[in-house]
Amino acid sequence: MMSRTALDLWVGIFVAIGFAALVFLAMKVGSFSGINGSESYRVEAAFDNIGGLKVRAPVKSAGVLIGRVQGIRFDTDSYRAVVQLDIDKRFEFPADTSASILTSGLLGEQYVGLEAGADVEPLKEGDRLMITQSAVVLEKLIGQFLFDKAAEPAAQ
Amino acid sequence: MNGLFAGLAAGLRHVGKLTIDGIWRLGFATRFMFAVLLASGQSLTRIHLTIRELYFSGVLSLLIITVSGLFVGLVLGLQGYDILQRYGSADAVGVMVALSLLRELGPVIAALLFASRAGSAITAEIGLMKTTEQLKAMDMMAVNPIARVVAPRFWGGVLSMPLLAALFSAMGVFGGWLITVVVIGVDDGAFWSQMQAAVEFDYDVLNGIIKSMVFGTVVSLIAVFEGYDCEPTAEGVSRAITRTVVTSALAILALDFVLTSFMFRG
Amino acid sequence: MPLVSLRDVRFAYGERSVLRGIDLDVHRGQVVAIMGGSGCGKTTLLRLIGGQLKANSGAVEVAGHEVGKLGRAELYAMRRRMGMLFQFGALFTDMSVFDNVAFPLREHTDLPPTMIRDLVLMKLQAVGLRGAASLRPGELSGGMARRVALARAVALDPMLILYDEPFAGLDPISLGIIGQLIRRLNDALGASSVMVTHDVHESLEIVDYIYFVSDGRIVAQGTPDEIRASADPFVHQFVNAEADGPVPFHYPAQPIDSLLGGRSA
Ligand SMILES: Nc1ncnc2c1ncn2[C@@H]1O[C@H](COP(=O)(O)OP(=O)(O)OP(=O)(O)O)[C@@H](O)[C@H]1O
Ligand SMILES: [Mg+2]
Repeated sequence: MMSRTALDLWVGIFVAIGFAALVFLAMKVGSFSGINGSESYRVEAAFDNIGGLKVRAPVKSAGVLIGRVQGIRFDTDSYRAVVQLDIDKRFEFPADTSASILTSGLLGEQYVGLEAGADVEPLKEGDRLMITQSAVVLEKLIGQFLFDKAAEPAAQ
Repeated sequence: MNGLFAGLAAGLRHVGKLTIDGIWRLGFATRFMFAVLLASGQSLTRIHLTIRELYFSGVLSLLIITVSGLFVGLVLGLQGYDILQRYGSADAVGVMVALSLLRELGPVIAALLFASRAGSAITAEIGLMKTTEQLKAMDMMAVNPIARVVAPRFWGGVLSMPLLAALFSAMGVFGGWLITVVVIGVDDGAFWSQMQAAVEFDYDVLNGIIKSMVFGTVVSLIAVFEGYDCEPTAEGVSRAITRTVVTSALAILALDFVLTSFMFRG
Repeated sequence: MPLVSLRDVRFAYGERSVLRGIDLDVHRGQVVAIMGGSGCGKTTLLRLIGGQLKANSGAVEVAGHEVGKLGRAELYAMRRRMGMLFQFGALFTDMSVFDNVAFPLREHTDLPPTMIRDLVLMKLQAVGLRGAASLRPGELSGGMARRVALARAVALDPMLILYDEPFAGLDPISLGIIGQLIRRLNDALGASSVMVTHDVHESLEIVDYIYFVSDGRIVAQGTPDEIRASADPFVHQFVNAEADGPVPFHYPAQPIDSLLGGRSA
């Protein structure tokens, strides 16, 4: 039989591990990221509709991961969504780069895709991307499709 | 013909006897539960009694829970990846691993392991104390064995179970991450971000904790009851241990269904 | 007034009647032995005195209280002044010898640890096992375990000590030691003792009074001298260890002829 203090210590460790596990689950593991470690600069992009885009979603260019969505807020002046993007310092983009919200696979998660422009000026910290394309909302797309179909015979 | 009737009657009598015995035992178990709750004061005022049981049911279950959780997570990761990548949604594997663990596998498997690791040990210990007249001796020394022996073991189990279930789920998520992100190469950020987006604390996490609390209570109660109620012989103790494991497993699975159907949001 | 008195006590396990009208007294300071064949209900009798069983009829009184009528709290209050030595010791297997003896002290008193330590070592010294304090019950021989259980039973200086077969399974030397201990502890504590046993010769040495139980009744009683001189056939059988006599060798059964006859028919 072990001594009272050793027993107390073990039970203390057990309870601590248990609560650590609970906290881990509760916080859903916040601080794992491939980008956070390295230096990055932040730019903004306003969208009419971001669909299902989530914070911490990837930012990709030509399919390569170059950053993460840092925050999403609603701008009450323009009634648009403003998305903050953290982009790795190693990747420089022209100032007239365009951003669009894309979906990986048919049902996969949504991410922000950047397409480089032709400007000689580079994007800098705090800049806003001027050309954006919103998320494709499936319901709208289907609605549009049905509307077009319905309109077809009348046109003939 | 007569023989057939006689056989049938004997069969029915047997069923009737089993039913009556079952109901009687259930009634006895309920009374026992109240006796345990009433005698629980000491488990709190003399906390080292409960701490000692936390060691036996909690600390000694750490290894099996950690290892099993890890392996279940690894398997979930592999299977989840295999299924999801067919639909181009391999990124969602984190969601799948986390939700299956938090909602079902964590509480249920941890409780099953707990019943066979700690529950059976509790039954064996109490059963042996009964067989060797230690409980009677305690009673003769004016020390209530339910307060001194049964209640601390019950509370030790009740308190350990949610922590063990949480540890199991956490290890499972870690295992899923290990196999899909580190080994297979699913995107790390997508794994966590999708998971975080899909897992709701006050639904998925909390319901899992509630389940594990219910399981912990039921398994601990079964374990102490079977030990206290066992026939005071070697075979009696071994039968009681078997009953603890079997009854606990049935109770866990049946209650899991009941609880899930209550928690289910159509 | 006797410390323990039983008046026309009857008891049955379900249908099986074990005690059929027992009258018995234990006076203060006495060591009383109860003897009888195996299975005649001696352990049952001790359980009735300790309040673990309730008599079907008749009265069991200890220190003026009728045991069967006490509530749980009162019964526990009474048991604190009783010690019981179980047939197989019933030591707590998850505690050391020291902790076993300390158990009643820790449960029922608020004495500081140093005082408890001194008391426990004193009790262990009394049974000659102070050196075994740190052993576990599994490491003790049967006789040592019995002595530890004895130390535990007297830890709270009880007024009444009940012994269930303290001599069973002991070699003649340990047997003598336990016998002397029972007498010495009883006198030192000013307690009374009830001892259930098969061992006539050892008992005759140490007890003040003896009851013989058979078939659920007291069939003979007396002081050791009276017993030695007794002409009662029952007592005679017991004292001289004869195989058959008034105490039957067989557990009640159908005559064996009926069994054999049944097969040939
Ligand atoms: N719990 C019980 N349920 C039913 N019958 C019992 C129970 N305990 C004892 N008996 C029966 O009661 C009778 C007396 O038992 P008891 O234990 O008092 O005998 P005993 O005199 O102490 O015997 P021994 O000297 O062998 O210890 C026995 O015939 C036994 O079969
Ligand atoms: Mg007996």
